[in-house]
Amino acid sequence: MQLDSKVPSGPIEQAWDRARFDMKLVNPANKRKYSVIVVGSGLAGASAAATLAELGYSVKCLCFQGSPRRAHSIAAQGGINAAKNYQNDGDSVYRLFYDTVKGGDFRSREANVYRLAHISTAIIDQCTAQGVPFAREYGGTLSNRSFGGAQVSRTFYARGQTGQQLLLGAYQALERQVHVGGVTMLANTEMLDLVVIDGRARGIVTRNLLTGTIESHVADAVVLATGGYGNVYYLSTNAKGSNCTAIWRAHKKGAAFANPCFTQIHPTCIPVSGDYQSKLTLMSESLRNDGRIWVPIKAGDKRPPDQIPESERDYYLERRYPSFGNLVPRDVASRNAKAVCDDGRGVGESGLGVYLDFADSIHRLGRQAIVERYGNLFEMYERITGEDPYKFPMRIYPAIHYTMGGLWVDYQLMSTIPGLFVIGEANFSDHGANRLGASALMQGLSDGYFVIPYTLGNYLANTKLEKLEATHGNFRASEAAVTAMTERLLAINGNRTVASFHRELGKIMWDYCGMSRTAAGLETAIQKIRRLKDEFWRNVKVAGGPEGLNQSLESAGRLADFFELAELMCIDARDRNESCGGHFREEFQTPEGEALRDDEHYSYVAAWEYAANGAAPVLNREPLEFRYVHPSQRSYK
Amino acid sequence: MNLTLHVWRQNSASDKGRMVRYEARDVNPDMSFLEMLDVVNEELILKGDNPIAFDHDCREGVCGSCGFMINGVAHGPSHGTAVCQLHMRHYKDGDVLFLEPWRARAFPVVKDLYVDRKALDRIIAAGGYISVSTGSAPDGNAILVPKDKSDRAMDAAACIGCGACVAACPNASAALFTGAKISHLGLLPQGQPERRQRALSMVAQAAAEGFGHCTNIGECEAVCPKEIKLEVIARMNRDFLKASWTSRQKPLAGSDG
Repeated sequence: MQLDSKVPSGPIEQAWDRARFDMKLVNPANKRKYSVIVVGSGLAGASAAATLAELGYSVKCLCFQGSPRRAHSIAAQGGINAAKNYQNDGDSVYRLFYDTVKGGDFRSREANVYRLAHISTAIIDQCTAQGVPFAREYGGTLSNRSFGGAQVSRTFYARGQTGQQLLLGAYQALERQVHVGGVTMLANTEMLDLVVIDGRARGIVTRNLLTGTIESHVADAVVLATGGYGNVYYLSTNAKGSNCTAIWRAHKKGAAFANPCFTQIHPTCIPVSGDYQSKLTLMSESLRNDGRIWVPIKAGDKRPPDQIPESERDYYLERRYPSFGNLVPRDVASRNAKAVCDDGRGVGESGLGVYLDFADSIHRLGRQAIVERYGNLFEMYERITGEDPYKFPMRIYPAIHYTMGGLWVDYQLMSTIPGLFVIGEANFSDHGANRLGASALMQGLSDGYFVIPYTLGNYLANTKLEKLEATHGNFRASEAAVTAMTERLLAINGNRTVASFHRELGKIMWDYCGMSRTAAGLETAIQKIRRLKDEFWRNVKVAGGPEGLNQSLESAGRLADFFELAELMCIDARDRNESCGGHFREEFQTPEGEALRDDEHYSYVAAWEYAANGAAPVLNREPLEFRYVHPSQRSYK
Repeated sequence: MNLTLHVWRQNSASDKGRMVRYEARDVNPDMSFLEMLDVVNEELILKGDNPIAFDHDCREGVCGSCGFMINGVAHGPSHGTAVCQLHMRHYKDGDVLFLEPWRARAFPVVKDLYVDRKALDRIIAAGGYISVSTGSAPDGNAILVPKDKSDRAMDAAACIGCGACVAACPNASAALFTGAKISHLGLLPQGQPERRQRALSMVAQAAAEGFGHCTNIGECEAVCPKEIKLEVIARMNRDFLKASWTSRQKPLAGSDG
């Protein structure tokens, strides 16, 4: 497989302008003749579908939820970065670019990151104009706050519901296009296969989740905006329905999967409380602005927090990283939390938790200021745990939150299948081995509003596509394959539920491919995953039939894909003999316990090619060049 | 604790439906309500029965997917809480709970507790936006928004579109939902150019979908998981009346998208 990143030559500052100028345009009158399918309606999908329709393309957008407004971008809390420098604190496009490349531990593609930083400012303008109610200063200007991994204040926010407000902005733009007929919206519809004809993505096969009908949709290009695959761990901060099915089935049709082992563990989540637990809840990282993280100095100290005097507390992030303190990047904060808990100093019943304490801030700023900044988060915490965080410190623990890996894309956001574009969390492109806080929303909207509308047009203008009908043999074959898989799942009629398999898979992944990994552990994980997958196909019990709403069937199909992806994640993690960002291999660390990269051997994107019939996946390498931000050992001390 | 559940089971929109009794045993007080139902469903699946269908996704109270009536109250007894964030510590051993879907003509039942709420999307499509195509925005700080207006807009914008307001209303009115969007956008300077048109179109669409009218009962505010205030309905009425009296505009034709 040839990987051509199509990064424009010349100075990085002008790369995007040059790339845009070099693009072929589609005549405005011809745009309506082109059909585009956008799968997913989160920030990336909704913004792409709306913008493509505004330009005049005929767009079909689908989501598995009952409404596009329910996509999981809605749950993002903290904020969105942009290099506006409204605070006059030294920010710039170059600094955002630099912070993101460094935060990603030098495993991202420089040109893509620069473009992201460059576009960031236009996103804020667009969203503000749409009526997104960002936080304001008394003079009416936009307000900012700080976030992990940065020393400038560049994060725009709408209380603790930034994702919700940005998504509603994109959703409303999308509904406006639905109203004028530019977008056909298919909610409660799940993509089950990608159809490739003459080497190009030409459509998809879907299941209507309310009726069970299998349908084919022909298009001139397909855009996947289906989010991340954190639910491979069962317990994550993702929504219950978030899944890898669309990207995994596209992978099986020839799209390379890049850096699957790069997953992000978010340091501030509410700890697990029992076996029945169905998901984890994140507490926005913005809390680290005003909360101080600590554990008792003595292992096994079970006194309540208010009875542990100041001198017997270890504010371990402030101690180890005096310049960034509680605002170190997520991977660093998470690993440190795990380390103190492994030392037996964790708090709470399970011992898997650390304190996030607001007492100092409440004392310094007053309770009202804290209510204004984090009121809804405090309420959420109290609702879930039954404890009042104004009185007792919160207990937090890391949890799976985001996946930096995803389908490989070039600078145009096109996968290794021509005509298949991948945007937002579903692609691998911008965050390297670790994503900085408030950058996911930025990337989703950058891809959707400002990149894909150009690059997709360029593809269409340069490509001669034959007219097709859904009766084409490849569509028929995909429909048959999808139907056969459904029948097979329903016919097993074994003794274990889908959720019980999923929980077990999640435990394997968390234990062996989670916050820290070893070659031996990953080997064990691969064997365990294979055995469990075998058992799944022999012993799962799926309720109901193929017709109508069947949530048991939906989750079974998604889990079948998670099994295969889980194995690839472990293979990738085992193959990458270094530690970088969220990928921490115990064998490779500095004497101080920080991630130790191996730039000589691993400064590349690992793009895996699917091999049918159980053969080992094929590794393709895209070498990474750092011409602007020179790789160094990340230091937040 | 052990609970008795009476759950509305209905196979499809055309099926008649009935209440069925289930026992939920060994319920942990730290479970969420949906996790309790997950456990009941696991048992049903293993017994070869159909699990109880209910919509859900984020389980953090923000996607708006979940929601059903618990003992006649939308989202159950906790104030300002969606059912996914309702925890079992609010119940005690021996409690008997009746679970029913949202009931409104505009929300057809898909299965059991799962209803179709696409009518709410069509209300938004009728005018719940600011028409600004990508690329045509001025600098963010070129639009000054007084903080108090921005805060009030945010209060209204917090709506998650769950439909509890409709389910609680004796008229099955979507006034709180519609008013929340009209208020959010109407409070902001960016929303002024389309303010009248928006009110006319959205109100007309809500009526066309079969939602009832508001008669100021206030059940909606009482059950709203985001505590949206009745004030948004007053604002909607004001914009609608003003537009009806003074504007040349007509509601835009409803879409069936």
